[in-house]
Amino acid sequence: MIDRRLFIHFDWGLLGIVLLIASIGILNLYSVTSNEETAGTPLYLKQVLWLAIGLGAMLVIAFVEYRFYTDFAYIVYATAVILLIIVLVYGIITFGAQRWMKVGPLIFQPSEFVKISLILALAKFFQRYPGREGYSLKQLAFPFFLLFLPMILVLKQPHLGTAIVLLLIFLSILIFVKVRWSALITLGVIGLSILPLVWRFLKDYQRQRIITFFNPDLDPLGAGYHLIQSKIAVGSGGLFGKGFMKGTQCKLGFLPEQHTDFIFSALGEEWGLVGCFIVLGLYFLLILWGLRIAIGSKDRFGAILCFGVVAMLFWHTLINIGMVLGLMPVVGIPIPLLSYGGSFLLSTLIGIGLLLNVSMRRYLF
Amino acid sequence: MMELNTQRMEDFKERFRYLKFFVAGAFLLIFVYLWYLQVIRGSDLRQLSENNRIRIREMVADRGMLLDRKGQILAHNRPSFDVFLVPEDIRTNPEALEKIGEILNLPGEEIGEKVKGVKRRPAFRPIKLKSDIDWDRLALLESNRIHLPGILVDVRPRRAYHHGALASHLLGYIGEVDENELKQMKDRIYRMGSMIGKYGVEYEWENQLKGVDGGRQIEVDALGREIKPLRSVEPFPGNNVVLTIDFDLQKVAEEAYQDRNGALIAMDPKTGRILAMVSKPSFDPSIFARGVSAEEWKALMDHPFHPLQNKGIQGQYPPGSVFKIVTAIAGLETGAITPQTQITCTGVFPYGNRDFRCWKEKGHGTLNLHQALVESCDVYFYQLGLKVGVDAIAHYAGELGLGRKTGIGLPHEKAGIVPSTSWKKKRFGASWYSGETLSVAVGQGYLNTTPLQLLMLISAVANGGRLHLPRVVERVENIYGEKLREYSSEEKGRANISEETLRVIQEALMGAVNEPRGTGYASALKQVKVAGKTGTAQVVRMAIDFKKGDMNRMPLKFRDHAWFAAYAPFEDPQIAVAVLVEHGGYGGAAAAPIAKKVIAKYLNLEVPAPAKTEETSSDSVHD
Repeated sequence: MIDRRLFIHFDWGLLGIVLLIASIGILNLYSVTSNEETAGTPLYLKQVLWLAIGLGAMLVIAFVEYRFYTDFAYIVYATAVILLIIVLVYGIITFGAQRWMKVGPLIFQPSEFVKISLILALAKFFQRYPGREGYSLKQLAFPFFLLFLPMILVLKQPHLGTAIVLLLIFLSILIFVKVRWSALITLGVIGLSILPLVWRFLKDYQRQRIITFFNPDLDPLGAGYHLIQSKIAVGSGGLFGKGFMKGTQCKLGFLPEQHTDFIFSALGEEWGLVGCFIVLGLYFLLILWGLRIAIGSKDRFGAILCFGVVAMLFWHTLINIGMVLGLMPVVGIPIPLLSYGGSFLLSTLIGIGLLLNVSMRRYLF
Repeated sequence: MMELNTQRMEDFKERFRYLKFFVAGAFLLIFVYLWYLQVIRGSDLRQLSENNRIRIREMVADRGMLLDRKGQILAHNRPSFDVFLVPEDIRTNPEALEKIGEILNLPGEEIGEKVKGVKRRPAFRPIKLKSDIDWDRLALLESNRIHLPGILVDVRPRRAYHHGALASHLLGYIGEVDENELKQMKDRIYRMGSMIGKYGVEYEWENQLKGVDGGRQIEVDALGREIKPLRSVEPFPGNNVVLTIDFDLQKVAEEAYQDRNGALIAMDPKTGRILAMVSKPSFDPSIFARGVSAEEWKALMDHPFHPLQNKGIQGQYPPGSVFKIVTAIAGLETGAITPQTQITCTGVFPYGNRDFRCWKEKGHGTLNLHQALVESCDVYFYQLGLKVGVDAIAHYAGELGLGRKTGIGLPHEKAGIVPSTSWKKKRFGASWYSGETLSVAVGQGYLNTTPLQLLMLISAVANGGRLHLPRVVERVENIYGEKLREYSSEEKGRANISEETLRVIQEALMGAVNEPRGTGYASALKQVKVAGKTGTAQVVRMAIDFKKGDMNRMPLKFRDHAWFAAYAPFEDPQIAVAVLVEHGGYGGAAAAPIAKKVIAKYLNLEVPAPAKTEETSSDSVHD
């Protein structure tokens, strides 16, 4: 299965971008957590370990021919959904949410892997060409089922962030493959009309965050406080930043979840606009690179698969930075390759592995 | 095929053109906003981050008060001064640490341990050194403030119970929320260190009492000193809970126990309002609010008489002769006997290979039901029990509320046990022996009841068979005294017992207290007629052998429990009482006088001279 030509066509550029962002992420994590006195392995070392595991997984994923995955797409999807059910029943509860699962010494979040599984399943479904007019509403029933099943399970945990990402990935893919105009309009109308229903379905604290986003003064002690502190952190970095290990905002414990969801604010504080520009540039490059791979793919399955992964990376990056800067409500979405968290890093690198896979086979068959 | 495929990919290429611009636009937007924050507002925000740091100071809401029915305060909040230390501020100044230790009377190592004990603490987050320091230490600390950087004093409300251990089991206590409770909660109202109701009304009414915590954003300088408050959210106090108990009555009841142990509950039989609830020994609930020390906890747990148990609802005891009320009702209702049926007591009733004895060795002679209840003749009820059978007795016990929880709305209520043939089959897989029916007929054997259940029983008798839901809360008020909720009496059910039967029982209970031969004569009052039934719950078999001699010579822990359940006035019942004195001996001697004091107090009667109760003849104070 492994062809010599694969090595010639291996996408070193993509790997380079990913390694660059991941290294910045480790450095940043080291700086943020340096003043915390913790027993056991420091967080940045744990992250290095996860990075190593993730890169290994990425290479394995990349070298197995991707068309092989079509056969297993629904099985992978079903497994991910079952894991979500198991975590709801047996999972570990922290801060009122049930997201984690313990397997031996490892603790992981099945909700992270459900994103990749959904992309796989959708790519398999949409690989059949719908004809010139695009998909009709009736044809979309099954993909909607594929979306709602994990989305409801994830909301039950509750994990609003992941549910939103699932929805965005789905909608992005819908735009990418062709859907009839009439179907799009109907979907839009239905979507708008059930919005109030969704609002009622949300947990109190989730509603609170959204209300707070529009009016931070309402909750100056909770989410409002975090928003203000986060803005102060980023803004105080100025043009060139305070320097590596010199950020005060993050170190003084003003930020919640400073090593996961709010890690970008530490970057902004210590490296300033220049640092942010470089990192933003790298993400932009990563996403364009991914899009190019998608359209360069030889078949629809590969194209949709890559596009799904790119959509996941894009929405995670955009929403996370938007949240840190106070441009979006705080919904708990981490930023790829920078945020601490093993499961998310692993699922990101699996996604990158799929991109590499399609990329190095663009001249084959 | 290849041709077709490339054509199918054309759609994607076309979309790519637009997507490129979309992605570029999104990144540009972020970059522009970053530029605005970091360059245009950069110096402002840098100033904020360097000079003025904003911290949050929690403001704990006042917990709602607990009041008695007349508005007397039973539980409220007082200020407590807690001392905190910011270790970063003192790192360069070890002498100050010693000075702090001196003032607070804490050894230096202990402070060191406290500082190290908190894991993953963000820098500059204060650590609690000592809570609730007294005025002298506070004054000393304040006057030395200038030499003690990093020391903060915070004022927080602290739960205080006005009357010490009074009604402690009913009121309950609060304590710091523990990790398990925190994990179970879906919302995040509680944080580590928040106080939460753990027992009694404090537990059951937590949601009303809690209130909403507030907080304040405070600007502090580089050294962590507060400069000025910014935005704040005022805490909103919890609601007050007005209880049904009468403070003065409660006090009389508690005092009547002196140093004896047991439980007393008084209730308005017509509404289910609990008027007093005593469980002895009691405890001081305020020690939980400050955090019990390991020694205090051990002392409470190891105490032989279980002070942390509300015996009125959690204690399960054989009801003794009080249960003869149920046996009598079963006899009349099933038609096994009439009020005129006579049975002769010779002091002993041989059955199977055992002699079942009456408490009165010489025997009662020939009696009818009225006399048998008044004098509490055991032999009469042995024979009656055999006539009706255990299942009929169990049925009427159930009608009167025994064998299940009353639903009073306090934690850990117990259901008791009412044995029957099917119960024994299920529990032990064995069939019922008729010899066991004899024990049940006089309230011994497998039977177990809580004092509250016997109170329900006597109230139902007093009240024409009506069972009211017992309740301890009258209403909930907000801090302005406006009623938020009011609870009215709720009839849970009505025992299916004829009025004639009830009348016979009522008359007999009145006789048991007011006739000179009655076992409850010690609780007779001149001004009103009291009706009631005594009982003695066997603790050990051996007690029977001591009956001949003086109960007082027995070791305390082997002595029987004394029961008395009564209501008054006979014509128009206003109060029902169930009294249990653990290891008190005979119900008539130990429990009835306590009930008498409570009834007299509630009906505003002159309390008769206590000497009279001691004089009663030895016959009538027996079971």
